[in-house]
Amino acid sequence: MPETNTVGLMYKVKDVVSTIGMPTLIIAAFWVLTLVGGYIVGISMSALLSDTIKRAGMNGILVLAMVPAIQSGTGPNFALPIGIVCGLFAMVCSIEAGVSGYAWFLLSFALTVPLAAVVGYGYGKLMNAVKGSEMTIATYTGFSVVALMCLAWLMIPFKNPKMGWFIGKGLRETIQLDAVGAAQILNNILAFEVGGIIIPTGLLLFFALFCVLVWLFFRSKMGIAISAGGINPMFAQATGLNIDKNRIYANVLSTVLGGLGIIVYSQSFGYAQLYTAPLMMAFPAVAAVLIGGATASRAKVSHAIIGVFLFQGLLTTALPVANEIFAGTDLSEIMRMIIQNGIILYALTQVKGGAR
Amino acid sequence: MLLSENLLSFRNVSKSYYGNTVLSNINIEVKKGEIHALIGENGAGKSTLMNILFGMPVIHTTGGYEGEILIDGQKTDIRSPYEAMQAGIGMVHQEFMLIPQYTIAENIKLNREITTPNAVSRVLGKRLETIDMAKMNEHARKALDTLDMNIEAYTMIAGLPVGHMQFIEIAREIDKTGIKILVFDEPTAVLTESEAQNLLAAIKRLAGMGIGIMFISHRLDEIVSVADRVTILRDGEHVATKDIGDTNAAEIASLMIGRKVSIARDCSECRELSDEVELRIEDLHVAMPGESVRGISLDIRKGEIVGIGGLAGQGKLGIANGIMGTYPARGKVIFRGNELTLNDPHSVIKSGIAFVSEDRKGVGLLLNESVELNIAFTAMQTNDRFMIKAACMAFQNDREMRKHALKMIEDLDIRCESPLQQTGSLSGGNQQKVCVARALTQEPTFLFVSEPTRGIDIGAKKLILDLLLKLNEQLGMTIVMTSSELAELRSICDRIVIVCEGRVVGVLPPDATDAEFGLLMSGSKINTAERSPENA
Repeated sequence: MPETNTVGLMYKVKDVVSTIGMPTLIIAAFWVLTLVGGYIVGISMSALLSDTIKRAGMNGILVLAMVPAIQSGTGPNFALPIGIVCGLFAMVCSIEAGVSGYAWFLLSFALTVPLAAVVGYGYGKLMNAVKGSEMTIATYTGFSVVALMCLAWLMIPFKNPKMGWFIGKGLRETIQLDAVGAAQILNNILAFEVGGIIIPTGLLLFFALFCVLVWLFFRSKMGIAISAGGINPMFAQATGLNIDKNRIYANVLSTVLGGLGIIVYSQSFGYAQLYTAPLMMAFPAVAAVLIGGATASRAKVSHAIIGVFLFQGLLTTALPVANEIFAGTDLSEIMRMIIQNGIILYALTQVKGGAR
Repeated sequence: MLLSENLLSFRNVSKSYYGNTVLSNINIEVKKGEIHALIGENGAGKSTLMNILFGMPVIHTTGGYEGEILIDGQKTDIRSPYEAMQAGIGMVHQEFMLIPQYTIAENIKLNREITTPNAVSRVLGKRLETIDMAKMNEHARKALDTLDMNIEAYTMIAGLPVGHMQFIEIAREIDKTGIKILVFDEPTAVLTESEAQNLLAAIKRLAGMGIGIMFISHRLDEIVSVADRVTILRDGEHVATKDIGDTNAAEIASLMIGRKVSIARDCSECRELSDEVELRIEDLHVAMPGESVRGISLDIRKGEIVGIGGLAGQGKLGIANGIMGTYPARGKVIFRGNELTLNDPHSVIKSGIAFVSEDRKGVGLLLNESVELNIAFTAMQTNDRFMIKAACMAFQNDREMRKHALKMIEDLDIRCESPLQQTGSLSGGNQQKVCVARALTQEPTFLFVSEPTRGIDIGAKKLILDLLLKLNEQLGMTIVMTSSELAELRSICDRIVIVCEGRVVGVLPPDATDAEFGLLMSGSKINTAERSPENA
């Protein structure tokens, strides 16, 4: 019977929509639309896809940093800039140490972990003190730390000419990583080209490694305890878990991931950007994980992966397409803002009362 | 005062929510100047009846009610609380609805302020008129005088003793012109004894002025001392209406409890219990909102099933929650000779005590997680079960977890599609079984079960109770079951501890009479509980 078929189909469609999630579907459809538009106006598809893969890889760990924070119940880590400045600080210290290439990369990593862990611990304490308004406080904590670091960048007595101003004291706004032989250092490992699409194997493998690590973490005793505390604090407490401690651990992890994430980001970008550059960096990461299907209280590693590819894919595609169609306007940037902030707004309206 | 005129009549009032009858054929008449008490267990239908009287939206959005309500002999259809106020019905709430930063007069006159026009209000309308404070104080004074309250009307509410607040609530109601019927919803619940005495005297005085009073209370002594007549509701049915002169507390109590179908224990007398005390509670205080415990001492012997009963809000739920650390507690709890650290759930669970919470969906389950994780969770976190150790970290062992979950599903007959089904999509009874399964996975020797059959259907109820009995008989597990359903406690417990106002008021054997239970649950001071716990 055709009627029952339509009904059955509608249920199927509803099922698919509810499992994948409305925002994910809309953004995916929009991305496909821009891709088709790009194809029609004659933009090189291989260049678009290369860019998408590269940008997804470089943003990946920053998006992954959202997962532990959301799982622990503190909501998306709007204070990601805290982790980011830790990573930046580690990078400039490594440059000052005079190392280059892989050594620079590894030293930056090694410096970031303890630094971000300590800072993340303090941040976790702060989050426990402001239960109920974590997201707002986090946003402004991130802003404040960036502002504070603006002073620090100026006053750090580092002497390496690769990153100082040509006249005066302090560090430059953008530091070329070429100078330490670290630009695209990860991207170029085992990179190859397929049908005009460049695959930055090293970058993708590195992102994949971190995905596996975070996934494993959430299957560990501590990871499970953190998730339970996030889903249902009453349940966790009744089971004898220390929720506050778990929230701190989760935020340490998130901050460390933010620090490592910016190193991966910077090497791919080719520059380390200091001063106000980290100010707004939490928002694209928050938007990405939400687009991937996470909510403000529940997130999985898969959400981060799907989200970062969709969001970055849309951004890379929309930019040249919009420029081609609406020449001379800044429409793509406006679209980016609308999508990024719109999706965050949407996710926040979905937060159920008493989500803490 | 003549008790003739019927101020308020309920005629064959019935109400059902979605086909579930909560009130059937209620007939109550309140005469002028009468104090009519209304009594019944939790869920007997008292609140529903009051909601109907006040035209609460919850009644009208669920299809209204049947039967009719007559006020002054006139059939009245009250569609909203505002209409109820217009009709002269007032209510004194159990929780005070006062604004602490306002004065007494302001609170009494809230939204009925006396105002005088001014220049601005002539242009912009009545809402901007000046408040006539002097007149408001005067009115408030009059209302307060009626109640014999010599407190200044311009005193701020904040800082007043609770007893006074209750009187101000009443003053607000009697200040409304044309008040005919005043409903008191457990007015003495939060008052001290002397405050309660004052209040009861005031209620009598109001009745003397010709106001019809509906007095809802759990306290039998109060009802006997103040009411003219009493109506007893049970399970939504009108059991009886009696003149106070023709009855007594014991009769009211047994009418209130009634003999419900009970699945008596096969052989409760022939059970031999050891004298070994497994859990000793000494002077336990628990700050659980709405269920606070104020100094309970109790010995629980090895291998027995102890029931904890009492009306809602009296603190019976606080006992288990306090010991298990879900709410702050102080006192001394000794389990098998070792003192337990209170407020530390981890160590209590570790010592071998498990808890099935009354709040299944809030505390008991991770609703969006699988059945198997829910079953394994506590054992995993406290006893390191279902874990693989690798690289100095412990990871969950899927295979072990699945094996155990499948065994539990079979043993407890949990109806689910697979161990991976989310617990949120299970039926209430099966959710409860998952909670029990989680507690059993901890391999406890002592089990606290609170409200195990709340919100589950009758068939599942029996299964859960049988399961508890089986655990006790076959594994020798000591069980403390807290429940609002007396019938359920009587069916499996060796003895039943009745809690009232945060304290133990008595311990009864399961075959004690309805009257004994009813009297104890109402905190009655008439001591009929001569039968000591040793008889149990």
